[in-house]
Amino acid sequence: MKRSWTELRAATWFLAPALAVVLLFLFLPALAAWMLSLTDFDLYTFAEPAALRWVGLRNYLALLQDGRFWKALQNTLIFVGLGGLLTLCLALGAALWIHQRFVRWKAFWRMVYFAPVVTSLVAVAIVWRYLLHARYGLANQALAWLGLPPIDWLGDPQWALPALILMAVWKNYGYDLLIFLAALQAIPEELYDAARMDGASVWQQLRYVTLPALRPMIALAGLITANGYLQVFAEPYVMTQGGPLDATLTLVLLLYEQGFRWWRLGYAAALAFVLFVLMLGLSWMLWRQHRS
Amino acid sequence: MGDWPYSRAAYSQAPLVRAVVLFCLAGIAACHEPEQTVQLTFWAFGREGAQVAPLLESFEAAHPGIQVSLQQIPWSAAYEKLVTAYVGGQLPDVAQIGNSWLPQFAALQALVELTPWVVRDRLDTADYFSGIWATNRLPQGLYGLPWYVDTRVLFYRTDLLKQAGYATMPQTWAGWERLLHRLVAPPVNARFALALLPDWSPVVILGLQQGATLLGGNGRYGNFRDERFRRALAFYVHLVDARLVPRSGATQLGNLYHEFARGQLAMFWSGPWSVGELRARLPDSLALRWATAPLPGPEGPGVSLAGGSSLVIFRNTRNLEAAWALVRFWAQPEVQLQFYRLTGNLPPRRSVWQQAILQRDQQLEGFWQQLERIEPLPAVPEWEAIAARIHYYAEATASGLLGLDEALARLDQEVDRILEKRRRIATVPR
Repeated sequence: MKRSWTELRAATWFLAPALAVVLLFLFLPALAAWMLSLTDFDLYTFAEPAALRWVGLRNYLALLQDGRFWKALQNTLIFVGLGGLLTLCLALGAALWIHQRFVRWKAFWRMVYFAPVVTSLVAVAIVWRYLLHARYGLANQALAWLGLPPIDWLGDPQWALPALILMAVWKNYGYDLLIFLAALQAIPEELYDAARMDGASVWQQLRYVTLPALRPMIALAGLITANGYLQVFAEPYVMTQGGPLDATLTLVLLLYEQGFRWWRLGYAAALAFVLFVLMLGLSWMLWRQHRS
Repeated sequence: MGDWPYSRAAYSQAPLVRAVVLFCLAGIAACHEPEQTVQLTFWAFGREGAQVAPLLESFEAAHPGIQVSLQQIPWSAAYEKLVTAYVGGQLPDVAQIGNSWLPQFAALQALVELTPWVVRDRLDTADYFSGIWATNRLPQGLYGLPWYVDTRVLFYRTDLLKQAGYATMPQTWAGWERLLHRLVAPPVNARFALALLPDWSPVVILGLQQGATLLGGNGRYGNFRDERFRRALAFYVHLVDARLVPRSGATQLGNLYHEFARGQLAMFWSGPWSVGELRARLPDSLALRWATAPLPGPEGPGVSLAGGSSLVIFRNTRNLEAAWALVRFWAQPEVQLQFYRLTGNLPPRRSVWQQAILQRDQQLEGFWQQLERIEPLPAVPEWEAIAARIHYYAEATASGLLGLDEALARLDQEVDRILEKRRRIATVPR
């Protein structure tokens, strides 16, 4: 008993620096943000600190009544659902393809798929703006070639969000692809040999060997991707500024606008907390599903 | 250098050592300097920032005791940069500031009140266009000196107007609309008659032309359901519905100047920066085939926006005298004329316009006429946030998403929410 007590004390001392850092840079700011979300801190407050008021949960109530919040939430969830699914499917498909034994220049393909991930988003955005241009863009030329009418990709509220999702998927799936490739290489070849000896078709090998072996990695990639898309900001900020008609307004973009453009910090802090709870909930859901 | 007492191993570090020594010496020098010279920081945005350096040199030559360090900030980041600097206590001594932001920084008590200085130097304030002077003169006092003016006028292709049977620009909305219809019909056949800026300014200007107050109760409530603003928004929506104006300026049209040159666009509504763009981009054959005209109004010549930039001094400056000298320098007519030559930004003083170069420029005639009819925006700190909502609801109405009355009611509701704090602060006695 005595010994474990001294051990604990020693452990505490060894952990103390790390714990202090976590406390100082994670919990304290989070606590401060929570307090902030209970006030009406805004630009006026800087000029006259005495004007600061506690408003309790009124920021949260205002949030629930704000049509733009619901619009942003809807857009963000569409981004997570549609974008996340597309990213995973595309990454998985491409990984399975590269992993095939008959595919040559594997390193080259890996680089090709991974290049968008490491390219600066601003550069990507400029190129995509050209691609999606209503009159001169390549996307509409392709549509015309198929005999379809042109689409005003970034100017039409119905198409702006799908266009952005498309771009985000293209930019991000290379990351998941690398995860999947690594996981695929870790599957022992013997499993496939055994499956083939049992007469499993290619489809059955995929269904009963590859996918089960990949499951933990799919869950992990799904978690990372979903959390990334919940915080999607740079794509709409650079491409559309949330327009047209808030069609591409996302939660973080709204947060940024309220907090750092109009300096309604109390309101923005409330929004940040809602986002935090959302991310926690989503992660918990995905984690539970993975465990079951 | 050969006989420096370094061993071979240490020699490779010599540049580093020298750099450190120099750095220390520079530090010492810097500590001694303030006794003779004053350091001013000056923020300027966009093209202005890139082009004013030669004029600053002549300022420094005239004021040997003052050194100005210029920082250029892109326009797109300017507002956020200023607010962030205010919050962080990092504001410069002197800065350019968009004059619709002036009320906000005045309300934050970040600006120096300039009346005593203007009185002391007997500045001829009547020489400034009255509309632009009004944007700097808030109820609490004078917080900036106009640097250049920026109003919105019509740029049009003179040859296309002639083809449509017009020698001059109509001055009423009704006459103007008839012209717009002629421009998209044979023989001109432009794809669009008119392009508006893709921001809040067109619908706000139409409102000002109708005499709308935009805000009511001394800037404490939205007043957009007012009949005058309603008529303005209805006209705006009508222009879009009639396909005279592209629906969302952003992408339906290609590059504005390119389409203008091709005759696909007969007219656009823009500011002084377009003068420089047209001169740089249009082929020589079209160089004399465009002109500017003041905006038409509901019943006769219409008002436009009193936009532009002012120079302000921030309260945290340690060298008020020097900062005022810099602001005062830019107010001189000769300097304003040189500034115009360098940047193409339009001077805010009438006497500068009287000078030869501006008078002879026929293509700027529209600006000269318009500047006598400009009106300031509501002077409330929340204006930028309100303007963004106006733009949203104008677009929503134009695209058919919302009906006119519903859009205006919702706009009023949102603006009331934005102004909530202002209402409370305005009633609390300071």
